[in-house]
Amino acid sequence: MSAALEDLYQQLIIDHSRRPRNFRALEAPDRRLEGFNPLCGDQVTVYVKLEGDRIREAAFQGSGCAISTASASLMTESVRGKSLEEVERLFQAFHALVTGKGAGREVELGKLAAFEGVASYPARVKCATLPWHALRAALAGSGQSVTTE
Amino acid sequence: MTAPSPVLRLPPASGYDLWRVRADFPALRQLVHGRPLVYLDNAATTQKPQAVLDALMRFYGRDCANVHRGVHALSERATRAYEGAREAAARFLNAGSARQIVFTRGATEAINLVAQTFGRSVLRAGDEILISALEHHSNIVPWQMLAGQTGARLRVAPIDERGEIILEEFERLLGPRTRLAAVAHVSNALGTVNPIEEIVRLAHRKGVRVLVDGAQAAPHLKVDVRALDCDFYAFSGHKVYGPTGIGVLYGKAELLEAMPPYQGGGDMIRSVSFERTTYNDPPHRFEAGTPPIAEAIGLAAALEYVSGLGREEIARHEHELLEAATEALERIPGLRIVGTARRKAAVVSFVLEGVHPHDAATILDRQGVAVRAGHHCAQPVMQRYGLAATTRASFALYNTQEEVDALARAVRRAREILA
Repeated sequence: MSAALEDLYQQLIIDHSRRPRNFRALEAPDRRLEGFNPLCGDQVTVYVKLEGDRIREAAFQGSGCAISTASASLMTESVRGKSLEEVERLFQAFHALVTGKGAGREVELGKLAAFEGVASYPARVKCATLPWHALRAALAGSGQSVTTE
Repeated sequence: MTAPSPVLRLPPASGYDLWRVRADFPALRQLVHGRPLVYLDNAATTQKPQAVLDALMRFYGRDCANVHRGVHALSERATRAYEGAREAAARFLNAGSARQIVFTRGATEAINLVAQTFGRSVLRAGDEILISALEHHSNIVPWQMLAGQTGARLRVAPIDERGEIILEEFERLLGPRTRLAAVAHVSNALGTVNPIEEIVRLAHRKGVRVLVDGAQAAPHLKVDVRALDCDFYAFSGHKVYGPTGIGVLYGKAELLEAMPPYQGGGDMIRSVSFERTTYNDPPHRFEAGTPPIAEAIGLAAALEYVSGLGREEIARHEHELLEAATEALERIPGLRIVGTARRKAAVVSFVLEGVHPHDAATILDRQGVAVRAGHHCAQPVMQRYGLAATTRASFALYNTQEEVDALARAVRRAREILA
């Protein structure tokens, strides 16, 4: 495959899209929210269990492309145990990364750095951010579904 | 930026000169991500031949003036060209008269126009509008809006697994309260060519008027509105090699005569005072304000270009591409074609096991192959097949067998990467 495609479809992303982690509904979640991308029909439901102001567990269900599925999978892994404030900082860094604004150095992105290639594919940014928008809306407790538009 | 043109196989016996045709389209001569562009998103919009670009340049460079107003030379030229475009559209559809051709922004506006003029003056609470399950959103939403305004009901004739309208169901749904049926000539998502003559016959037998959404048919089929006997026919310029922002509504003369205006403004009136306005005759009654003059002139150039190549020739060429693409794609493991009607235009929608359509489209794009991924503005069609999206390759008069091969290669690549 060409170098550019390898940048987008890194092995970690392909692995998480084929075998998404935390791909299930949580029973009695503290927060649950559905996100849509009306342009492509992608849909993701995010489930969260809280402990004080920390995420004890996050999971998701839905259908989407490799980028959105892998993003949801890696998101649910990376927010586990984090405080709401830390999650917000992580999202801001992730958003900066995939929109090509450069991730803030003060935040450790870990595996999420695999999404760096998305920045070269503007049409795919919404795929990567859809699960995050759903998570943030869930944590904000709006109870409304979110869309990327 | 010039790409080496792909080597062509021997031209078909029909004598359709694909080399010369491709040379007419400047946009086809470019590299995308370092590969020759293979443009297979023609159902979304088509590329434009030089003749259309020249017509736009000629208007803006020489004849630019408003129409129907000035007595000066430029205005006369512009008016002649604009009204000439109306005659070109009438010839293209085999309409009885240019007075039956209303210019709109596109097929969508043409359908909205019929809904808001014919529809609102004819429909009463409890009346019914019949559509089919394979319609584009543009032939669903205007009728839902009309139903909301009038208290009418929207009924939907189902399609079978192949993507064909079930005619017995369509006939059964034509009830005593049905006032209008609105059906696509060709499905944008599935490629199905609907039996419009039969549909019109069934509807007319019950006294039901028929609007045909021809957005996907005009580029592929010879359309004869008098042979079809439809009451309204709508199509978009940009899908038939013309500019964006221009569309055509054909209507039967007695219906257009009886319809109230669509929008108010200049050009659609005969006389105005603060007490009373007398409306102009069709088609000008429905063309308030300065119309898309350059776009109409560009459309006329496109229609003449298409007619010059020969619509039977184009249909034959595209059918060969359809057959080749169907065969090449069906050989790919895990690939399923969605929409297998017995009569199809050159549209191939498919799903690939383990590869989401958006990922497929991204990978294809990096190999220079432009396709559409998504619900194609036909979400009810996707729901019918239990899908969120498909990948769609749609062919035009300038596509080649080599491009079919490039598509199949690119799809196999997508499978290697993701499935």
